[in-house]
Amino acid sequence: MNFEIPNFLPAVPEMFVLGMACLILVIDAFLPDSRRDVTYGLVQATLVAAAGLTLWLMGPETVLTFSDTFVKDPMADILKIAVYVTSFLVFLYARPYLMERGIHKGEFYVLGLFAVLGMMIMISGHNLLTLYLGLELLSLSSYALVAFWRDNSRATEAAMKYFVLGALASGLLLYGMSMIYGMTGSLDIAVIAAELVAADDSLNIPLVFGLVFLVVAVAFKLGAVPFHMWVPDVYDGAPTAVTLFIATAPKIAAFAFLMRLLVEGMGPMHADWQGMLIILAVLSLAVGNVIAIAQTSIKRMLAYSTIAHIGFLFMGILAGTDSGYASAMFYVIVYAITAAGGFGMIVFLSRKGYEADQIDDFKGLAKRNPWFAFIMLLLLFSMAGVPPTVGFYAKLAVIQAAVGADLVWLAIVAVIFSIIGAFYYLRVVKMMFFDDPQKGAEEPVQPSGALATALSINGLAVLLLGIFPGLLLSLTHYAIIG
Amino acid sequence: MFADWPILSLLIWLPILGGFLVLAAGRDAPHVARRLGLAVAVATFVASLPLWFAFERGTAEMQFQELASWIPAFNVNYHLGVDGISMPLILLTTLITVVVVVAAWESVKDRIAYYMAAMLVMEGLMIGMFAAMDAVLFYVFFEAMLIPMFLVIGIWGGPRRVYATLKFFLYTFLGSVFMLVALIWMYIQSGSFLIQDFHALQIGMTAQILIFLAFFMAFAVKIPMFPVHTWLPDAHVEAPTGGSVILAAIMLKIGGYGFLRFSLPITPDASAVLDTLMIVLSLIAIVYIGVVALIQSDMKKLIAYSSIAHMGFVTLGFFLAFYIYSNTGDWEGASLGIAGGMVQMISHGFISAAMFLAVGVLYDRLHSRQIADYGGVVNTMPWFAAFFVLFAMANTGLPGTSGFVGEFMVILAAFKADFWIAFLAATTLILAAGYTLWLVKRVIFGAVANDNVAGLSDMNRREFFLMGVLAFFTLLLGVWPAPLLDVMNATIDHLVAHIAQSKL
Repeated sequence: MNFEIPNFLPAVPEMFVLGMACLILVIDAFLPDSRRDVTYGLVQATLVAAAGLTLWLMGPETVLTFSDTFVKDPMADILKIAVYVTSFLVFLYARPYLMERGIHKGEFYVLGLFAVLGMMIMISGHNLLTLYLGLELLSLSSYALVAFWRDNSRATEAAMKYFVLGALASGLLLYGMSMIYGMTGSLDIAVIAAELVAADDSLNIPLVFGLVFLVVAVAFKLGAVPFHMWVPDVYDGAPTAVTLFIATAPKIAAFAFLMRLLVEGMGPMHADWQGMLIILAVLSLAVGNVIAIAQTSIKRMLAYSTIAHIGFLFMGILAGTDSGYASAMFYVIVYAITAAGGFGMIVFLSRKGYEADQIDDFKGLAKRNPWFAFIMLLLLFSMAGVPPTVGFYAKLAVIQAAVGADLVWLAIVAVIFSIIGAFYYLRVVKMMFFDDPQKGAEEPVQPSGALATALSINGLAVLLLGIFPGLLLSLTHYAIIG
Repeated sequence: MFADWPILSLLIWLPILGGFLVLAAGRDAPHVARRLGLAVAVATFVASLPLWFAFERGTAEMQFQELASWIPAFNVNYHLGVDGISMPLILLTTLITVVVVVAAWESVKDRIAYYMAAMLVMEGLMIGMFAAMDAVLFYVFFEAMLIPMFLVIGIWGGPRRVYATLKFFLYTFLGSVFMLVALIWMYIQSGSFLIQDFHALQIGMTAQILIFLAFFMAFAVKIPMFPVHTWLPDAHVEAPTGGSVILAAIMLKIGGYGFLRFSLPITPDASAVLDTLMIVLSLIAIVYIGVVALIQSDMKKLIAYSSIAHMGFVTLGFFLAFYIYSNTGDWEGASLGIAGGMVQMISHGFISAAMFLAVGVLYDRLHSRQIADYGGVVNTMPWFAAFFVLFAMANTGLPGTSGFVGEFMVILAAFKADFWIAFLAATTLILAAGYTLWLVKRVIFGAVANDNVAGLSDMNRREFFLMGVLAFFTLLLGVWPAPLLDVMNATIDHLVAHIAQSKL
């Protein structure tokens, strides 16, 4: 066996982020608490530089490297850029929240950066092992992030739940992977696909079992019904800054993970996993939208809304067509941007010693700060899928994929639940615009400079992407179809 | 000379951007907001006049077309154009918006800049919806206008405004999402979102019926037809005057427009099969809702129910076409019914706007909409009483007013179809006279009912102007409807020729 020097170029962004994360960890250790902003600045600069590197390396061809365990293709490039952008926004929103609570620690950013690295590896994994390692790097960083406010018992409880269920899901995933390895004799995604094509059409029980375990594990990680129990508890218990993080960028990575595993690897078994995803999608749409109505905590409400969005995401993937994958990709990017803004609004309303995590805290926002009430209005209508916000085109795209795959009934189920969903988004709008502020919270609120700018840009982006959706849609089509 | 100008884009974006400008400039300066809002509304109205004068009569082609690529991934284009059906509705929109802006001058006191902005943005969205030739573009405008209306009812509405506005939003949203699925299905079949391509699509019967029902959900809620009309009285009662006017004068017309643009030409065979259902529902709206209107004690609610009954005429006129054809083999009568429905829509735009404004005039003074709180208003407000009686007569369909023309045409068409349909439709002349004249009797005539009424002051110049404008158009359309019919004829004939072809 002769050793070849692998082509490092496609993985330069990953190596850069890894190096920077280690470097920042060391630098942070020598900084006094008063100068945590240096860490923050370095992390953000790393994200910007990584985006620059990814853009620089961007190309239409698919490049495999490290003995075919790592892939760089247009989908990877675009999803990575989406991850950088969302993470950048998240760190920006998180900073004032952490500072006000005296938990502005370097660990938050460094763990966040490691999680970003994990996502990048998930996005570019071309081997069951690389995919698994990326997922674990992301998961372990996320568990630590949720637990990172040590003095807060609810956060600790949430972290425990998250860890136990996450570990279970990882176990299921490994079990499924081992079965697939056993039946195909390879960990390489492309080889697995080739083996599956070559295999005869008769029902292969161990393979289907392996597939079931894979799907269940991914459903766990994404929080699809019936594997969603941890989502509301963790979203609610974690500090808002952390919820902001785990609710946004990791979903983009999970989409890539699903694409690599199910579509590129298990693609020939589409007929098998389509049925499973249909069940998950319908249940997620139903449970997510219906239970969200009963919530009084906005964090729990958004958690259930995330579950419903995952249902829509599945609709795009299960169609099994290129335009379906592209629409799911569009959906997940739009979701991440909108959710970042939504949780960012909670940060904006919270103050030291006061978490604005109840829906009632949004009462009368139009009187306290009309501009940000308008921004939140845009974000909520985008989540509900009402034009002219970008959320509408995301729903249009996945419904189009479902109808294109002759699943008109699924499209109808989805739109019915999206009407039910519209109700709880509207209820928040109603509280912001039609109700008076709560007692003791009548005074105007004004966020700090950077947060205000970023939130405004975030909200307007949802509107502008809605008026000009062509660019992002073309990008996702280019990423999948070429 | 105007044919190449992007007039439609101007009409859409001038009020939308103007609305945001009003918001930015007038937030702390109500006077600026009012004047700027009026300037934008008038400018839009003036800009819409070339549509009327430069419109080429005698062709069913889409005119003033604009085309730009918008979402290439789905073959969706920013494609605008008007024909004889949409052009009059756009003019109605620009005119009514001016009326609404002037009507809000004094009666809206809270957050006037936001109110003006919402109205102007809504105007742009409604024009966009009428002008859209691309189904996605249409749907975007169709849905987007819910947002400002939701806020207008919810912020400036009456005591039960939250209930009413949520009901309004969810009802309309419920109807329209099924249409979205139908539009996407047709896109998958035709590879394009252009509405004309949908018209040309050959569709099987089962699919046609499903598509027809999806459109029915969307447009029947909007227009509204019995039995999905219940949101309208609530929304009308709670909405501020301007909101009621926009709702009655324009938003209801969107349902009728949708039937003509989508249901009839895309699914003619399903329409022919299901026309009995549509005719029955229309007759129920005309007769039953007319009776319901009789017993209302709230003026706005009474006018809201009368709107539903009048809209029943519109749907009746549209869907008589197939019945007439199967009875007589004559498509002339079909054209008559559809044209009658169109005239009725435009006419109702003026009359209902005027009726709601009249209630607004009274409400601004006494803060009550209850009929029982009034009586003998003619003694203190003679000018107002004169206008009120005029519009009441127009509402009952008195010859010489616009209300007569549309109803007459539809009843005439109904006689070609079936005597009993015509008979039931004609009961509206009695029922409308019943509830409207009884309203006039109780509110306007009689002795002065109480001290509040005794202290009323007559209309000011602003209110006089509003009523005068609407009265002018009501009478003009009543005595000389030919120009309007001229504009619509070619398009309607083309539509009838189109639906005569089976698509199976």
